[in-house]
Amino acid sequence: MDLHLDDIVLTYPDGDSTLTAVDHVTLTVPSGTTTALLGPSGSGKSSLLAVAGGLTRPTAGEVRIGDTTVVTPTTTLAEATAMRLDRIGIVFQQPQLLASLTALEQLELHEHLRGRRAHEGREEAESLLAAVGLGDQLHRRPGDLSGGQRQRVAIARALMGSPQVLLVDEPTSALDHERGTQIIELITGLARENDAATLIVSHDESTLGSVDAMCLLVDGSLVPSSEPVAPATRQGGE
Amino acid sequence: MFVALRDLRFATGRFALMTTVIVLVSFLVGFLASLTSGLARESTSAITDLPTDRLAFATRDGQSPDFTSSSVTAEDVDAWASTPGVDSAEALGIATTRASAGDTTASVTTFAAEPGSTLVDTEIHDGSVVLTPAAAEDLGHPDTVTIGEQTFEVADASIADTSYAHTPVVWMTLDDWQPIGAPGGSGDTATVVAIDGTPEHTIDDMTTLDLRDARSAISSFSSENGSLMTMQAFLVAISALVVGAFFSVWTMSRGDDIAVLKALGGSTRYLLRDAIGQAVLVLVIGVGAGMGLSALTSALLDGVLPVSISLSTTLAPAALLVGVGLIGAGLAVWRITRIDPHAALAAR
Repeated sequence: MDLHLDDIVLTYPDGDSTLTAVDHVTLTVPSGTTTALLGPSGSGKSSLLAVAGGLTRPTAGEVRIGDTTVVTPTTTLAEATAMRLDRIGIVFQQPQLLASLTALEQLELHEHLRGRRAHEGREEAESLLAAVGLGDQLHRRPGDLSGGQRQRVAIARALMGSPQVLLVDEPTSALDHERGTQIIELITGLARENDAATLIVSHDESTLGSVDAMCLLVDGSLVPSSEPVAPATRQGGE
Repeated sequence: MFVALRDLRFATGRFALMTTVIVLVSFLVGFLASLTSGLARESTSAITDLPTDRLAFATRDGQSPDFTSSSVTAEDVDAWASTPGVDSAEALGIATTRASAGDTTASVTTFAAEPGSTLVDTEIHDGSVVLTPAAAEDLGHPDTVTIGEQTFEVADASIADTSYAHTPVVWMTLDDWQPIGAPGGSGDTATVVAIDGTPEHTIDDMTTLDLRDARSAISSFSSENGSLMTMQAFLVAISALVVGAFFSVWTMSRGDDIAVLKALGGSTRYLLRDAIGQAVLVLVIGVGAGMGLSALTSALLDGVLPVSISLSTTLAPAALLVGVGLIGAGLAVWRITRIDPHAALAAR
């Protein structure tokens, strides 16, 4: 199912005035494809991602997955949380793994959050961890994994339960160029396999060769000339 | 409790330390409760263990019931015996004095009744006394005892151990008691009337109290017990606050993990169940061990210190500590789950 961000506005009170983090952004990410959202620091990329994931309510506008509206300015915390569990996988800027759980348990947690027995998701968890190259690290805790390995666990965790939408926030910020490119390729490949509409926020265009489309966010607004375009076209235009 | 149990396994040292603190607090509360209860019992068991329903005190001129000032006659006993609702009434004399046996002297409280009375579980006869084991111990297990001007043969020293105002009890007949408890009296005086049944009306200048309320008529008991109860109340309140705050702070320290769980899609109910489940485990183990240790210590020290082990000195304070700990943990989790997970993750 496609991810639709319809005329999203996000503002915050800033003393006596108002700060606009996202300014009337409309964006569609087709299912099974990956769109990269670029922009300078403070442009509102992470804020837009937070709205897409129901982590923050928009001031105006709505988020749809297929034909179903999932986030509006009046969506409650409980509704957003339940929606996120059912439909959305999120890879945070930092892996945000729980220190006491092994790599396998980080994924089995998803089943437990859904009210099932953790072991019911074991087969899928093992398969996902193998897909991200950690098939032999199932029983290691975050403290025993490298930064890149932790990020891979986070990616696998986000794909548990076959989410309809995958949101990825700066997955390569702590990685070198080579590993960053590998991570992006991993994400785009898994998104395609799982038919998830994937939106990646990134500041490093050089690692984004494998994505299907890119767009630019500046000061909370999509730059008009940068409707989502394929990476090759964009690079050719520069 | 998926995350809670793994958390406990992962940070064994930290949880062992926390559980130890709970054990120590619980031990302190439980042991003090046992001591308080034991001291109260040492002051009042001779009254509360009497096989009767209530005691009638002479309370002339609006006095409060008091064992030291109450004085009843045979007429008072007959009046109660003929009151509707009363199954039986008998005279009971009580007086604290000193007893001696050879070179050994000890403070005792004499309890006196008519021969054949049901108030004491052995026979009493003129010229002899029945000692409680504590009285016999204090007097050196004598064959004869001198109280006042009279010398008595010790008939028995194996009845149930009871005490009155922290002194051991010596049973005798009312006739033998007169020179001790009512010197210069009419010869048929006692302290109170022991009544079985529920009188349908009262008698002028007399007040009836059930055995529990009659404790307040022991002159030292009210002030002593008041002080002990105040100390215990403060200790329990402070301990409960410490445990509640402890779990509140501990749960808040898990705030990062809770924010992640929330962002992943954990409902508030799930988070509460996980956090409270973990708190229940630590509290039940800690409080259970602390109360167990308290009960064991009390049992070992029985005879050396006045201690009393009962549900009110173990389960009641245990339930309070567990309850307050859970409230502390629950409040902290509930507060954390109200936080915007996006903001919480950004701050992590």
